Amino acid sequence: MEDMRPENIVGEYHEYTLTFYDGTTRKVLVTDIETPYPDGKLIVSSTDTQGVILHANQAFVDMSGYTREELIGQPHYILRHPDMPRAAFREMWRTIQAGKVWRGYIKNLRKDGGFYLVYATIMPNFKDGKIVGYTSVRRKPSRRKMEEALRQYAEIRKEEEK
Amino acid sequence: MTFQFTISPDFPPNRIAGWYIFNTWLQKASGLAVHLEMYPDFESQRRAIREDRVDMIYANPYDAAMLIREKGFVALTRPAEKVDEAVVVTRADAPYASVDDLKPGTRVAMTNDPAVNLLGMMMLEPVELDGSNIGVREVKSYAVAAKLLVQEKADVAFFLKEAFEKLTNLTREQLKVLVESQIEDLYHLFLVGPRLGEQREILRNLLVEMHTTPQGKDALDNLGFSRWEAVSESDAEFMMNLIEALK
Repeated sequence: MEDMRPENIVGEYHEYTLTFYDGTTRKVLVTDIETPYPDGKLIVSSTDTQGVILHANQAFVDMSGYTREELIGQPHYILRHPDMPRAAFREMWRTIQAGKVWRGYIKNLRKDGGFYLVYATIMPNFKDGKIVGYTSVRRKPSRRKMEEALRQYAEIRKEEEK
Repeated sequence: MTFQFTISPDFPPNRIAGWYIFNTWLQKASGLAVHLEMYPDFESQRRAIREDRVDMIYANPYDAAMLIREKGFVALTRPAEKVDEAVVVTRADAPYASVDDLKPGTRVAMTNDPAVNLLGMMMLEPVELDGSNIGVREVKSYAVAAKLLVQEKADVAFFLKEAFEKLTNLTREQLKVLVESQIEDLYHLFLVGPRLGEQREILRNLLVEMHTTPQGKDALDNLGFSRWEAVSESDAEFMMNLIEALK
């Protein structure tokens, strides 16, 4: 996956290198600018079993800052924010690969380096009893519960960095 | 054999005649004997579905998911450019400027339209309101929901956006929208059941071509539709997953 480029970033940024579950690394450039989640909208995407994006609705395009063409075919971790602990995604994958629905709070990284906060529901899609992909629906989170989740994530990340 | 056709009870009342005109067109175009049965509420319609008395249905997204997954129905078409959205409404002079101002104990008027209620609850979720801390006032129609708001017997109400826009000007002037959904991926579907398996593709083609004949166009005008658009299995699947995620 391509590293983030300074010319796409709005505002002052910090640089991090993320390593994903498949060994891929990506240089991400991160600002403190939040894009508020709009009322009444749902971000919807579907992926294959490996998490590669197959479908993205307009709200996904608008909130992520990427074009639809840039999103389709990319792993969902194109949105991974360095404030998210690896353990949160490990648990998510374990849940959905077991055929169950995962719900949780996520801080996502935008193409411009900013972030947006969501409450996500990720569910497996079945065909003839087999998992053929996943659908993720994100909606506006409760501010209080989101802040609580972010505090927990910060603590888990401290442990992960030790 | 006579096939039974029914439509989701959330249709605007002024479209009743339109659905009878559609049914006449459908019988002429397909050569099938089709009886249109209008159910007054979701409960009686669901009972008919459970008892396998329905062969064709124009269903809301929530019921469509159940029909496909549990009853072997197949989605053929949707009305082009028409999506289902919900609005959360309050009195025009209510002390709420946005959903953020709502507190536990809020009295919510809602019909038994499952798709609208799902979206309505989704819009209350960011302020941590759910079934456990609101007072639900279940009503028979959107007109009654509006009345409860005006009479201050409910604080907010959930409406299908289209139904809210169809209220009289006098009623709407007394109300205001706090938030509206902008999902764009939910819509009503025309579905057929297993007994129409062989006629499925013929019916789909008839519907998709309907706007190209004067009689078909006239029947569509009476429903407020421009044309029908074919729906693929994956389109329907996507919508069902979305509904499932919101439950």
